[in-house]
Amino acid sequence: MGWIRELVSPQSRQWEELYRNRWQHDKVVRSTHGVNCTGGCSWNVYVKDGIVTWEMQATDYPLLDAELPPYEPRGCQRGISFSWYLYSPIRVKYPYARGALLDLWRAAKAEHGDPVAAWASIVSDPDRRRRYQQARGKGGFRRFGWDEALEIIAASTLHTIKQHGPDRVIGFSPIPAMSMLSYAGGSRFLQLLGGVVMSFYDWYCDLPPASPEVWGEQTDVAESADWYNSKYIVAMGSNVAMTRTPDAHFLSEARCDGSKLVVFSPDFSQVAKHADWWVPVNAGQDGAFWMAANHVILKEFHADRQTPYFIDYVKRYTDSPFLVTLDQNGEAYTPGRMLRASQIAAYADAEHADAKFLVWDETARAIRMPQGTLGFRWQKVKGQWNLDMKDGVDGAPIDPALTLLDDHDEVAPVTFREFAFDRDVTRGVPARRVETQDGPALVVTIYDLLMAQFGVGRGLAGDYPQSYDDEDAPYTPAWQERFTGIDRATVIQFAREWATTAEQTEGQCSIIIGAGINHWYHNNLLYRAAIAGLMLTGCVGRNGGGLNHYVGQEKLAPMAAWLPVAMALDWTKPPRLQNSPSFHYVHSDQWRYEGDFTDLQPGSAPGHPLAQGHTMDMQRRAVRMGWLPFFPQFDRSSLDVVRDAEAAGARTPDAVKAWIVEQLQSGDLRFAVDDPDAPQNWPRVWFIWRGNALMSSAKGHEYFLKHYLGTHTNTIADDVSGGEPGPEGKLDLVVDINFRMDTSALYSDIVLPTATWYEKNDLNSTDLHSYIHPLAEVVPPCWESRSDWDIFKAFARAISDMAPDVFAGPVRDVVAVPLQHDTPAELAQPEIKDWAAGECDPVPGKTMPNFVVVERDYAALYDRFVALGPGIRQDGLSVHGINWGVADLYDDLAKRRPVSTRNGTRYPSLADAKDAADAILYLAPETNGESAYRAFKVEEEKVGLPLADLAEGTRGVRIAFDDLTRQPRRVLTSPAWTGIVNDGRAYSAYCLNVERLVPWRTLTGRQHFYLDHEGYIAFGEHLPTYKPKIDPAAHGDLIKTQADEGAIMLNYLTPHGKWQIHTTYSDNLRMRTLSRGVEPFWMNPDDAAQVGIADNDWVEVYNDHGVVVTRAIVTARIPRGLCLIYHGTERTLSVPKSPRRGDRRAGGHNSLTRTRLKPSLMLGGYGQFTYAFNYWGPTGVNRDTFVLVRKLDGEPRW
Amino acid sequence: MKIRAHISMVFHLDKCIGCHTCSVACKNIWTDREGAEYMWWNNVETKPGTGYPTQWEDQEQYKGGWEKKNGKLNLKMSGRLGTLGNIFFNPRLPSMDDYYEPWTYEYDNLINAPEGDDQPTARPISMITGEPIDIQAGPNWDDDLSGSEVYAANDPNLEGMSDEERRMMFEIERLVFFYLPRICNHCLNAGCAAACPSGAIYKRGEDGIVLVNQDKCRGWRMCVTGCPYKKVYYNWSTGKSEKCILCYPRLETGQAPACFHSCVGRIRYLGVLLYDADRIDEAVAVEDADLVEAQRAIIQDPFDPAVIAAAKANGVPDAMIDAAQKSPVYKFVKEWGLALPLHPEFRTLPMLFYVPPMLPIQALVTEHGVGQAHDESGAAPFFAALEQARLPLRYMARLFSAGNEDEIAAVYRKLIAVRVFRRAQNTTGALDDEAQAALDGAGLTAEVAQAIFELTAKPTFDERFVVPPLAREVNIESMVDPFTHKTEAGFGFRRDAKRGG
Repeated sequence: MGWIRELVSPQSRQWEELYRNRWQHDKVVRSTHGVNCTGGCSWNVYVKDGIVTWEMQATDYPLLDAELPPYEPRGCQRGISFSWYLYSPIRVKYPYARGALLDLWRAAKAEHGDPVAAWASIVSDPDRRRRYQQARGKGGFRRFGWDEALEIIAASTLHTIKQHGPDRVIGFSPIPAMSMLSYAGGSRFLQLLGGVVMSFYDWYCDLPPASPEVWGEQTDVAESADWYNSKYIVAMGSNVAMTRTPDAHFLSEARCDGSKLVVFSPDFSQVAKHADWWVPVNAGQDGAFWMAANHVILKEFHADRQTPYFIDYVKRYTDSPFLVTLDQNGEAYTPGRMLRASQIAAYADAEHADAKFLVWDETARAIRMPQGTLGFRWQKVKGQWNLDMKDGVDGAPIDPALTLLDDHDEVAPVTFREFAFDRDVTRGVPARRVETQDGPALVVTIYDLLMAQFGVGRGLAGDYPQSYDDEDAPYTPAWQERFTGIDRATVIQFAREWATTAEQTEGQCSIIIGAGINHWYHNNLLYRAAIAGLMLTGCVGRNGGGLNHYVGQEKLAPMAAWLPVAMALDWTKPPRLQNSPSFHYVHSDQWRYEGDFTDLQPGSAPGHPLAQGHTMDMQRRAVRMGWLPFFPQFDRSSLDVVRDAEAAGARTPDAVKAWIVEQLQSGDLRFAVDDPDAPQNWPRVWFIWRGNALMSSAKGHEYFLKHYLGTHTNTIADDVSGGEPGPEGKLDLVVDINFRMDTSALYSDIVLPTATWYEKNDLNSTDLHSYIHPLAEVVPPCWESRSDWDIFKAFARAISDMAPDVFAGPVRDVVAVPLQHDTPAELAQPEIKDWAAGECDPVPGKTMPNFVVVERDYAALYDRFVALGPGIRQDGLSVHGINWGVADLYDDLAKRRPVSTRNGTRYPSLADAKDAADAILYLAPETNGESAYRAFKVEEEKVGLPLADLAEGTRGVRIAFDDLTRQPRRVLTSPAWTGIVNDGRAYSAYCLNVERLVPWRTLTGRQHFYLDHEGYIAFGEHLPTYKPKIDPAAHGDLIKTQADEGAIMLNYLTPHGKWQIHTTYSDNLRMRTLSRGVEPFWMNPDDAAQVGIADNDWVEVYNDHGVVVTRAIVTARIPRGLCLIYHGTERTLSVPKSPRRGDRRAGGHNSLTRTRLKPSLMLGGYGQFTYAFNYWGPTGVNRDTFVLVRKLDGEPRW
Repeated sequence: MKIRAHISMVFHLDKCIGCHTCSVACKNIWTDREGAEYMWWNNVETKPGTGYPTQWEDQEQYKGGWEKKNGKLNLKMSGRLGTLGNIFFNPRLPSMDDYYEPWTYEYDNLINAPEGDDQPTARPISMITGEPIDIQAGPNWDDDLSGSEVYAANDPNLEGMSDEERRMMFEIERLVFFYLPRICNHCLNAGCAAACPSGAIYKRGEDGIVLVNQDKCRGWRMCVTGCPYKKVYYNWSTGKSEKCILCYPRLETGQAPACFHSCVGRIRYLGVLLYDADRIDEAVAVEDADLVEAQRAIIQDPFDPAVIAAAKANGVPDAMIDAAQKSPVYKFVKEWGLALPLHPEFRTLPMLFYVPPMLPIQALVTEHGVGQAHDESGAAPFFAALEQARLPLRYMARLFSAGNEDEIAAVYRKLIAVRVFRRAQNTTGALDDEAQAALDGAGLTAEVAQAIFELTAKPTFDERFVVPPLAREVNIESMVDPFTHKTEAGFGFRRDAKRGG
């Protein structure tokens, strides 16, 4: 073509240097983003003229197995936008304080001179306190200097410790794995202080309670490369393409390899685009679908044909052969507790016989006691805690009966609660009569109970469904239609494809699951229904199989070495660790706005005493029985408690403990949770870092504004507690450490500038891949910012300097500790007995929390902060109940770069974050092969089977921080985790359990279908079951808010969004430009038409809790009755005022939520139902919320 | 035979997750400056949808590309008077409304607002005027937005669809969307270059990259109209037009373009194609239905000795021929026939090719709820049959084969067959009857199916991007001795790329 010019000559193209000049740069440094996205991506950050200009993904991940697609490139639209923040106008460049507070401070300081006295004079004066509290969030920031900021912080902290006790100082920072040293700086500071570190994983509702219930594990999942090994994949409640952006390619690549992808999602979501089969299950009804799928699987693959692989699997690896006693209930029976060794004469003498469970041996035709159950874990004799099916007394092999169908004494009529129709059905279950210590009893297998629960009759008498088409019989394919909206044929076909693939591939079917399921009130039941489908088909503990739950970057790979650094266990233990859902429910007074829980959480039998009442009552019970922690502990300072005990003659820690028990029993000392609104029980000083605690993390945000901050609020809900109104403005000081002016910063008293992820050294890991990455100081901290580690170090120094004026010397403190998972306290409460009701004695660490006396030395705070203390050398590392020595490794560290403390001893340095990173990497089994080897040696002894061979070949591996900056490194196989990653194998959870017979950390040591905790039986959740979605009226979001003309009620969902990670990036101009300029409100066209809303119209979304004003997106992609605002919005960006709430600034997505806690998740003290931080407790569910939406009246007002 | 080498591209849409990482990678490096705010050299569109700038595919409105009239090929914009006749007035330019008014926020207000009685906020303000703005459009406005009467329903490709076919987009159980990432196609018969009155637009001889010479551009903006893909943008600050440069500074240093490198869905492939420049006229002159085949026909076999000889005779370096032999693009486009040009009917011969997306099967609403079509035995196929595709083949044909549905169907048969083949390998370990039938029906051998699988599912970085050496030392040598350049490069003062600068 004549008119297309092809130019070859370079002379005529010299202008091309224009773009070459732009591309030129001076430096490229590896870093990543410390944001809770689970990505954990390695990035190259480009520097030009000393300025960060852009970032591109690093692509040099060491390859895994050659059969797997590579990980490169990892990184998404959000990560690649990060460089925008560094020099942007939303960057916090200097320290800021609320002007009103600064004026008060300077006046008080002038008056008193002494900073602690100055602070006291402000907070003890109601008018002054009110003056700056009501100004929170309303502008008026003033730049000030670091020195003055540190003085206020030290003075307020020391005043609070002295006046109220250290457990009134709290700190919140989410998900350490994303930048674990930045987290550890703050938590180490708080723990040395005696302050409270607040949980995140449960509060975010990222924790799937079903995981502790079934596996005794917080969460353990496959890395994304393992999806590729899966031959049948279900994605439910997880929008992989949107939220697992750098991992999503494994799905399309697996599909190309012949895997089938089935997506359950009420909307045609981004991952549905990649599905072979999109099943639009009604929102929150996935449990009904799975219950019916399990019915088909049990009937066709277990009952009609006993699929050998499945039968063998459930026998070995699940609790299904274990025996349960039946409780007589009128003419019929109900399933009760598991039969335990203490009940049977032959085994009653065994150590911990109460925690050893029994099966029926098919060959011996006798009851036998297999190894590996809880009692074997904590007994004196080591080596019997394994899944080898042998008798715990004589070592004889056991052939456990799954079913007693062919070998029973009678068919017992057993009653099952069916919550769907709020009725009982009675079904025959084959049972054997056994003689127990308490007399004759009927026992059944859990497997037979499952068959009965799922309605697979096998010719037995009772109310069994007639066929798949029996619509009124749970849990048939026809039954589920009314809940899911999906036809029965789909369930049947799905179940057959699933089970057939599992049989053909021996367990290579998997479920990717996430917040879309986990944020419902009954999430544990939804999960357990799906997990049952995995267990019944042998799909757990296999590469390509498993429940892959990804909500939150919870996996901190070098956990065992990080924990002592982060929680200052090298100097003092135990730490003060608080489950945030309980804390916020209580302290932000959200409990005041709801009635009894019975409509939300029905029990197995109406009127069961455990399964009724107010959630607050359950919370109080949980604290006094040691099921959950709670801070502040007591209605007076924990320092004063020890002082008073000592004054009363208590000379030893045990005497102090006894004195406390006495005082609690007499009522002279009370738990703070019993009267949380009394001023002496308020939290006072709050440090927030790495997170948006007042907005995206604040379920019930408007209640936070009201009760914590004492500023304006848009809630109109009625306090129904019946007493005095709740106090407003409990917090004396809120300090936010941030690089951007987000909502939490905007509402805090002091905002301190922190280094961004390109300005500090840190470590990052995730469960989505098995590498460990550095964050690196690409450029030095900009303007006056400092790294989080250095900020908390500065706090420590300021406090150490000021402390001698407040405390004459070290003081003694007492820490209340709940019954802990992975300790013998799992044996503590086989039955629920309340000491406060006189049902048992108050025994610390058994029937109530333990109380541990510790020493605090505020003058030494800084010295301890910067030195790795002797506790690690002495005590070694611990994880999941095993402990190994690292004294020599500690000494190596001390030789390399020691710091001296005041007494002249040499300690390994933690002076800066990179030192701390290297200390952790040098101790952790995931990054030091010797440590891994030792840990496996110890585990080997405990289990009694070979394990250390897994670490033999990598014993010489040492990974240091500088290695990571050169190339990502893969973590080693370690007993802290359950995957096996040797030789490039993809990580998949529980392979160690299945292949090496290491028990799960549960009651039976196996995976649990059946939960025999008394409380679970009371709530009817002992078997996998279905409970209906929460009724809007019962949820109570729209009691005061009238459904007026022009408004429509919708179920309000806040899934994770495309243009943000929580609120980070949501104010980034790149992301806002690629979306709609606001965080929009998504709704269905028919719903929109009903109230006259068109695409891009401004809308007002509101309920009793608060209001959001934004613009609508109208699309048929959203089903009727639902609406979405992607999580999370800032209320800082483009938010107009709300005409319906007094023309005040509208809020963010959490303005429409309020915390409801599921009381059954507060149960504890038994087996896997014992507390651990971010492992057990109620979660911050929010998906059952309802709102009204209407077109905004008039033009938006600013 | 006049053999030329062209750095060419494949986007595998089945793998695209619509994340826009590519768009931001490009923006960060190239268009994050005054006058370029609205330029998205790389953008990603949701289909069905209206795209960016809105309705760009509607050439009745924009008059981009070529049209064949009476056997002759003319720029559609030319009209009767021809390009030069319109030189002072070009009515076919997209307006700011067709793009969007770039905005930012009053971020400073959050830090600097004085104490008041309510919370401060950061209002949106125009980057053009600095005044508060009511945002009505953006560069990705209909993202993920199927089922929209405002956007998806106005997709120009729906023209000619039946009411039934259109309705399916608005029923929840039948909804669908997919993503279409777009960069400059670096066309062989580029409309922009043909339209430029200043002769500022050219193809680089060594690699085919289309560039706007920023020294010669006079800002007539005829290229903006002439490009049917609307991938040339006018910089209002410098007064010159700019477009995707395929990251030649990166290619020249052996690196994939930024959008390719950053593609986290791993959908992109880059490699050299050899084509016969003598046959361009012939390729653009065929009937619509034959356009795909005609374009494929001018792409030459890099292993054919005659082609190699002709390439060498035409000055194509050995290293370029070597790269062409390793090119993943050649495999997808020519060997396997899986990748197709976007809107070949624009007749610009785009050198970016797309593997069309597979989408979930259609659902049915039965008396029992949402379900799937089953045969009389109650069974449904494990993988979707071609007939169950959620979007009509006709729609895909409008996008990728100028309406030729057979071309599209052939591609889908191959994509499905590869999966059936792999599933058989993974479950039974054998090539069973069903898999053999699928391969036969698609015209694939087991070896080719395996090769398609390997390059689709498991390619490494180096397998996806085969960047040829671009002999910088030779290019520079014609101006300055590289031995001298090594010592002097970079010294000097940089001139701002601004109007009058």
